[in-house]
Amino acid sequence: MNFALVVEWLIKGVVLVLILLGGFAYLTYYERKALARIQVRIGPNRAGPWGLLQPIADAIKLIFKEEPTPARADKLLFILAPIVTLVPALVITAVVPWGPTMTVFGHKLTLYIADINVGVLYIMSVASISVYGIVLAGWSSNNKYAMMGGLRSTAQMVSYEIALSLAFISAILLAGTMRMTDIVEAQKSIWFVLLQPVGTAIFLIATLAEVNRPPFDMPEAEQELTGGYHTEYSGMKFALLFMAEYDKMIAICLIGATLFFGGFREFWFLANTIFSVDRMPWLGPIYIFIKIVILLFGMIWVRATFPRIRYDRLMAFGWKVLLPLSLAVVFITAVGIILAEQVNPLWMWGIPVVSLLVGVFAIAMIDRELRRKDYARR
Amino acid sequence: MRVVEPVVELTRGLWTTLRSMFEKPVTIQYPEQKRPVRPRFRGRHVLKRYENGLEKCIGCALCAAACPADAIFVESAENTDEERYSPGERYASTYEINMLRCIYCGFCEDACPTEAIVLGDNYELSFTDRRQAIYPKDMLLEPVADVTMLTPQKTEPGVYTRSVPEMKDPSD
Repeated sequence: MNFALVVEWLIKGVVLVLILLGGFAYLTYYERKALARIQVRIGPNRAGPWGLLQPIADAIKLIFKEEPTPARADKLLFILAPIVTLVPALVITAVVPWGPTMTVFGHKLTLYIADINVGVLYIMSVASISVYGIVLAGWSSNNKYAMMGGLRSTAQMVSYEIALSLAFISAILLAGTMRMTDIVEAQKSIWFVLLQPVGTAIFLIATLAEVNRPPFDMPEAEQELTGGYHTEYSGMKFALLFMAEYDKMIAICLIGATLFFGGFREFWFLANTIFSVDRMPWLGPIYIFIKIVILLFGMIWVRATFPRIRYDRLMAFGWKVLLPLSLAVVFITAVGIILAEQVNPLWMWGIPVVSLLVGVFAIAMIDRELRRKDYARR
Repeated sequence: MRVVEPVVELTRGLWTTLRSMFEKPVTIQYPEQKRPVRPRFRGRHVLKRYENGLEKCIGCALCAAACPADAIFVESAENTDEERYSPGERYASTYEINMLRCIYCGFCEDACPTEAIVLGDNYELSFTDRRQAIYPKDMLLEPVADVTMLTPQKTEPGVYTRSVPEMKDPSD
């Protein structure tokens, strides 16, 4: 191990963490502005030009806020929980490449911290750690609402993690590797969203539940739970939980962009032009940034549109619709790849067609269920 | 397309919110930009004056009697021609309204025989202290155009002889 490499890792790690923390601050701003525009308002515009200093004002307020610890709370876990929630949200991005390998001053610079050959597996395992933080936050607060929020969160995240992992698997199968850089390279000719649209849809829905975003923000349903697992938190500890939530959003959009939307590869209409990342490697981070911003807008847009769904229906949707559907999608993908390899490469296009048919079948089943007369009573 | 109706409806919802993004914001930048109040808006009270500067209030305390919240306190004193505050026999030497008690019902306005108290259009009534919530007479009185109109005024004897000044339309 040479010393320069360690220094390079350290610098890249610090830069990534700074990007994520700054990204969190400006994601809150982005969300507030976008929500405001959807609700025909202006949004924050007082602090600085166009309200750009609003996140800084919020941060200062949160730092100087009093931080009471509830009586008979488990103090150690109460302090540990926000950290346990935040750290996975930060370290999960370590394996995701932000751009291709570049040559800077004769030195090969890679825009990822670690290029491990089980990258997707790493992501799945780290993503499930953040459940612990939320459960511990709920449990250690010694508050029944926080406890309920934490429990809901566990059940929801565990349920949707299966569908999420199966959606990951469809991308892994298509790429034939778990290494993130290879997955991106495999999407050079065609994005996986076109080869596996249903898998992408499952991924996008499951991530909403995974990061507790509306309409699946059951753990913090403020009308029912007065804030859920972070009811008792304030000041910087609350800020950490909040930061974890938004960093998870960024991380999951980054992963989604990498797995299904071509990662740092250029948009399809820019392929083989001067703006291709093969010609201009430094455009890679810009492309993935644009993709993240678009995916984040999708999350904000969904939040502004749909009401929170009832808890039992959320679970029913996760277990009865998404899980069978994602299993079917993985099966179809695997069969399609075998047929493409053994019989005819055109069978590759059987994957999206059959998946879409199965998706329509699933929607038809939901429709049939919703039309049943006794549905409202249950 | 009955089968995919759930998706169609969800898409319709998304389309509605996306379309509203391109509407003009309804926000009014409040401290800089104020929306005019309605004609019958009941805001902070104003004690009116006659054109010559004399106060309309004659200190009868009917407003205090009418007040359901007991927010008004009136103490009256006698006018003299050397020191005349109002055209009537008496005037309000103390007139206080507790803005924390006031419910802005406008009964004082209805009770006033001389139309001296009127609920104006000022709604920016914030204070940092309970004592600041009590508005004394000098805060409630309508400002005057020039100094000679300030009360008390020195008037010629025999001009103001009525105990209650004459009104233009008493039925109003």
